[in-house]
Amino acid sequence: MTMPAQDDLSIAKRIRRFLRDHPLVPLVVLLIALVVILELMRPGIFNERWIGNTIKFAIPLAMLAACQTLTMLTGGIDLSVGIAATISAFVVATQVAILGTPGAIAVSLIPAILIGIANGIGVGLFRVHPLIMTLGTGLIGTGCLQVYQRTVIATGSSVPDILAWLGTGRTFGAPNSLLVFVPMAALIIYALRRTGFGRLLYALGENEDAARLAGVRSWQVILALYALSGLIAGITGLIYVGLIKAPSLSLAVPLLLPSVAAAVIGGTSIFGGRGTYSGTIVGALILTVLTTMLTVLQMPEGSRRILFGLIILAVTAVYVRITEDS
Amino acid sequence: MATEPLLEASGVVKSFGAVLALRNASLEVAPGEVVALMGANGAGKSTLVKILTGAIRPDAGQIRIKGRDHRVHSPAQARQTGLVPVYQEPSLIPDLDVAANLRLSNTPVEPFLKWVEELGIAGLHLDEPVLRLPLATLRILDLARALASEPDVLLLDEMTAALPTDLVERVLKVVRQQCELDRSVIYISHRFSEISSLCDRATVLRDGETVGTVEVGPGSEERIVEMMLGAPVKSAEEIVRATGSALPVQTQETPRLRVRNLSSGTKLSDVSFEMRAGEVLGVVALEGQGQDELFEVLAGFERPSGGHIEIDGRDVRFHHPADAIAAGHVYVPGDRADALLMQRSVRENIALPFYARPFRWGNINMGKEKSRVGAAIERLQIDTRAQGEVQRLSGGNQQKVTIARWIAAGVRTLLCFDPTRGIDIRTKREIYPLLRELADQGSSVLLYTSELEEVQLACDRAVVIFNGRVVDVIDAHDADEPTLMRAAYGLTAGDANAKAPTGEAAEASPS
Repeated sequence: MTMPAQDDLSIAKRIRRFLRDHPLVPLVVLLIALVVILELMRPGIFNERWIGNTIKFAIPLAMLAACQTLTMLTGGIDLSVGIAATISAFVVATQVAILGTPGAIAVSLIPAILIGIANGIGVGLFRVHPLIMTLGTGLIGTGCLQVYQRTVIATGSSVPDILAWLGTGRTFGAPNSLLVFVPMAALIIYALRRTGFGRLLYALGENEDAARLAGVRSWQVILALYALSGLIAGITGLIYVGLIKAPSLSLAVPLLLPSVAAAVIGGTSIFGGRGTYSGTIVGALILTVLTTMLTVLQMPEGSRRILFGLIILAVTAVYVRITEDS
Repeated sequence: MATEPLLEASGVVKSFGAVLALRNASLEVAPGEVVALMGANGAGKSTLVKILTGAIRPDAGQIRIKGRDHRVHSPAQARQTGLVPVYQEPSLIPDLDVAANLRLSNTPVEPFLKWVEELGIAGLHLDEPVLRLPLATLRILDLARALASEPDVLLLDEMTAALPTDLVERVLKVVRQQCELDRSVIYISHRFSEISSLCDRATVLRDGETVGTVEVGPGSEERIVEMMLGAPVKSAEEIVRATGSALPVQTQETPRLRVRNLSSGTKLSDVSFEMRAGEVLGVVALEGQGQDELFEVLAGFERPSGGHIEIDGRDVRFHHPADAIAAGHVYVPGDRADALLMQRSVRENIALPFYARPFRWGNINMGKEKSRVGAAIERLQIDTRAQGEVQRLSGGNQQKVTIARWIAAGVRTLLCFDPTRGIDIRTKREIYPLLRELADQGSSVLLYTSELEEVQLACDRAVVIFNGRVVDVIDAHDADEPTLMRAAYGLTAGDANAKAPTGEAAEASPS
């Protein structure tokens, strides 16, 4: 980069410009700082086993946060992903005995995609606000899951071996869930940078009128987007049930708000048009390390949550401040 | 004038940043007088009105009402001193009923109702929610509300614009009555017929300066037009056309675009014209005469409420801009911010239409994109030093990006809405030849411009729209500024030869 005018810029301005052009750097610095603090608090905690565990728990969060990142880029949000993931997890655990593993996995993803399609139709065609639409479909999904539970109450549940292997297993120390996560993350990052669909997500989020003027029918993009979000949520549910190994009616629901937080900490703007998935992944790691840290502190649950909330607010405020144009 | 003026403004100056909106504006209104405030687009009319009504403060100058210094800091204060405006946009709050609106503005109900009746609106219920009332009624209610406060000076901005003829007559009558009570009216209008029947004098603004005041009477229209334009305008021969001369008329050919009896909303009532392939057709109109609606309909943003659009002789209907684009109609809107992704790069902005359709959502061929975008950047000579984010480009370069997008994507008919507004002169001089060049390569360009001189610089012909209708079609050769200005004000051209060479308007009727 040749910037002849840069000589006149003050150091503060140069740092600011650097941070704006490389928004991932401060996040990685923060992550490393958190790990260092943790190591100081509890020497010896930083080892291969701990890293593996952190990644293992960060992956379902990062996957749900992918749904938030993608929808937020268009100025939306997907609050139904927690229940969509739970439904997939519950369905696969109850159907595996009947349909066998591949059949159960295939069937379990259908309701998640259907929720996504319903969201897409509501947001894209009927212009319902995404917050309301996905909250609504989430509640409907919760109800349906309860009804479904009664019909399979005699069946019992078990987690398919392959999912348990993926969720908790390790190969040469690395969590097996990376086998799903790495290709998915690579695909999302690539899609956002190098595909027409990715370009349109940013375009819709920044200026829907401009996109319309360029001939984009936004409902098509929105419909595909929320359906994709539902699919990712369903896959997350499968990985997560392999990790937790105890399907319940609210399995992945507690991950919902952290998934929003991970996307926001990772630099995705809730107003749309800005954000990257790599930032979100680091955001999910930061949240996971923070949780460990607060556990290590052995604080009472209440103060732990207060601190967690305050840290999220502080990190987001500072991060937005340093990476945005002044 | 023997009597002391009711309102007197002199030496009013106002600048917005580097732009000098008013350099030396003055206005004098005697008791019992109707004064027209005239000026072309951008002459400073609205700035002066805003200053008089206290919406903005002047940088310098003096305003006196009834001999006393008129220093107002808010519109509410201006009302108290006796100056009450009625703006072009209805000012009642839509979610409240009429009575609540009156209470909000402290308007006495009895006189209000008396004026409403006087102005020809029968059977108004005070508990009627404002949002259910038609536009014409709202404007009458605004006027009645202003009259009920017994203003010394009434300021009417395009009061008759949305009114049917019978209501217009009533309004004019009521305005005349005001004068008999020794009250004054400042009357802003584009309609010369009303001005000549109503106004005593006309004060003309040009480039932020009051250039004179004319007693309204027979023949004063010509003088007003002359004053609005300034020094005698260069004739067509003196202006160097960007390229060549007008195309030979090819009447037997099917026109690229034929618009018949197009209407939309309240503004666009009946527009018909034809545009040939390889032609730059200008659209000339004063503000708000329906040109915005015309472009939005042609670009697929709005559906017309009546009429036909034909492309190459076939009837088309656009439900979405994507339909218009598929038919070759691409749109460069008046506000660049509507068309651009300000935080994205020049490249992404130009390439945006490539990926609009679902089967193009996949992998981007970066090499191919780069060469297509590069060619367009090259052709428009866009300054790419700050290409990372479009918001860092100058206005002129941003405008070039909105045009480059369609050159890269391919264009048959380019709809340009005032593409040179607010951009530097150098870029302007680059845009006219570009439009001509596109036309020479077989595209058609429909160009609305608020700067009349551009018609002769860039266009082959110009259609003039007034009050939602085509009032004239003028050959570029004859389209000097006075001719266009007269036509734009709905004045029938005195010299018939301006109209002679073109019979397009007549031909456009269905056979």
